[in-house]
Amino acid sequence: MSSEQPHIEQDALSFEQVVKTFGTRSVLNQQTFSVKEGELFVIIGPSGTGKSVTLKLIAGLLKPTHGTIKVLGQDLSQVSVSQLSALRRRIGFLFQGGALLGWKTLAENIALPLIEHGGVSADEIKTRVANALAEVGLDHAGSLYPSEVSGGMLKRAAFARAIIENPEVLLFDEPTSGLDPVMSYTIDTLIRKLNRLHKAACVVVTHDLVGALRYADRIGFLKDGQFLTVGTPEDIRHSQIPEVKAFLNPEHSEVIHG
Amino acid sequence: MTFIREQEGGLVANFFATLGRFTFLTFQALLGGPGILFRKDSRQTFLQQLYIVGIGTLPVATVVAMFTGMILTLQLGIAFKQFSQELMVAYTLSFAMLREMGPFMTGIILASCVGSAMAAQLGTMKINEEVAALEMMSIDPVRFLVAPRMWALIVMAPLLSFYTCIIAFLGGAAIGYTQLNVPFLQFIFEIIAVAEVKDLYVGLFKTAVFGILICSIACSIGFATVQGAAGVGASTRRAVIYSFLAILAGGYFITRFFYVI
Repeated sequence: MSSEQPHIEQDALSFEQVVKTFGTRSVLNQQTFSVKEGELFVIIGPSGTGKSVTLKLIAGLLKPTHGTIKVLGQDLSQVSVSQLSALRRRIGFLFQGGALLGWKTLAENIALPLIEHGGVSADEIKTRVANALAEVGLDHAGSLYPSEVSGGMLKRAAFARAIIENPEVLLFDEPTSGLDPVMSYTIDTLIRKLNRLHKAACVVVTHDLVGALRYADRIGFLKDGQFLTVGTPEDIRHSQIPEVKAFLNPEHSEVIHG
Repeated sequence: MTFIREQEGGLVANFFATLGRFTFLTFQALLGGPGILFRKDSRQTFLQQLYIVGIGTLPVATVVAMFTGMILTLQLGIAFKQFSQELMVAYTLSFAMLREMGPFMTGIILASCVGSAMAAQLGTMKINEEVAALEMMSIDPVRFLVAPRMWALIVMAPLLSFYTCIIAFLGGAAIGYTQLNVPFLQFIFEIIAVAEVKDLYVGLFKTAVFGILICSIACSIGFATVQGAAGVGASTRRAVIYSFLAILAGGYFITRFFYVI
C-alpha cells in the first residue's frame, strides 16, 4: 500500500443489511459495509458472487430487494427520479467494456456529459476534454473512434469520461479485465493517482488480487453475497480464511469452487 | 393447477408491465420532440434517421410499390375487362393504395428495414452497457436515443407512403397501357380524379401512427434485451413480428375510426 495516506472522513456510501435477489436466486445476502470519502475500496471474490451487482446497486441501476443503501448522504430508496439523476452526476462509473458510444470519437464520448448537461462553454469543454485525455495518456487519440483503438485505450478513454465531471464517487467494474499485465499496471496506477488527485471514494470490483494488494486502502472478499472479510491489504495477505488463502494461492482453488 | 395459475398470473402481470413501459416510452419520446431542435446530438441523430428512413428504404420501397401497383392492376384488370370496365381499375387502385395498401406496405417496409435495425442497435447497446452508461451520465436514453428516431419516422413515414402510392400508380398505369389498352395519361388522370383528400390524409396519418408504433415497439424491445448476441437476435425478431401485428391491428382501428359503414 502506498505510504501516501488519503484524508479519510465520513462515509461516502454505505450498505445496511442489503439483500438482492433475482427471482428465487439470492445474490447479495444481508450485505453491510461502508466506504469513506477519499477511500479506495476493492471488492474481490470468485465470479458470480455479487460484485458487479454491488456496483450497480450503488449506482442506482438496480434496486435492492431489502435493506438501505446510502450514497453521498442520500438514501437511494427515498430519492426521486430527478434526485437520482442529479446524484448520478456526482458518480463516475467505468464499465467493464468501456461502454463508449461507437458512433462518437473518444473526445466526443468524453465531452458528452458536459454537452448534454449544458452550462459549460465550448472552449471550456474543449479544455476539460484535453485535460482528461492528457490525464489518462491519450493526448493524441481524441479524434479516433472506439473501434479504432485497443482495449487498454478504450478503458482509459472510458476512465476519462468517468472523471470528466469530477465525481465524488468512482465505481470501477473489472477495470483490468482482458488487459496485459503492463496495461493492467498502468490502469491500476491511474486508479490510484486519480483517487488521490480527485479525493473521490473509489469502489473497484476486480479479480486482480495482485493489483488490489498494491493500490487498495481496504479490500473486501465477497463470497456467496456476503463479505467473508474486510481489511487492509496486509490483513488480506495474512488472512487465515481458507477461501481468501485459496484466492492468494490458486493451487488451493478447490476450496472456492467446491 | 396452482402452478398454472401462478404462471398465468405472471404472464398477465408481465403483459401489463410491458404495456406500461411501452406506453411510457412512447409518450416520453413524443414529448422529447421539441428538445431535438435544441440539442446538437439529437439533431444529428434525427437527420441521420431521416436519411435512413427516407433515402435508405427508397430502393426497396420503389420495387415493392411498383410490383404491387402492377399486380393489383393486372388482377383487377382481368376481372373488370369482362365487363368492359377497364377504367374502374384506376378507381380501385387509387382507393386501395391511398387508403390501405400504401400505408400498409410502407409500414411493413419500415418495420422490416428500420424497426429491426433499431431493435438490434439498442439491444446491442443494452448488452454493451452503453444504455446504463447514458443513465450514469444522467442522460435520459429515451430522450437521447428514442425521440430522434421516433420523430424521424413521424416525418418520413408519411412521405414514404405518398411516394409508394405514386410509384404504384405509375406501375399500374404501365400495366393498364400494355395489358388493358388504357392510355397511360388517362389512367393517371382517372386516379387523380377519383382520389379524395380524405383518403390521402387518413393514409398519411395512418403511416405516421405506424411510425410511432414501429419505433416504440423496436426501442422498448431493444431496451429489454438480455443474454448477449442470442438476445439481440431474439429482440430483432420480436420487434418485427410485433410491429407487423401492430400495423395490422392499428390499420383496422384507424380505418374503423375514419370510415363508418
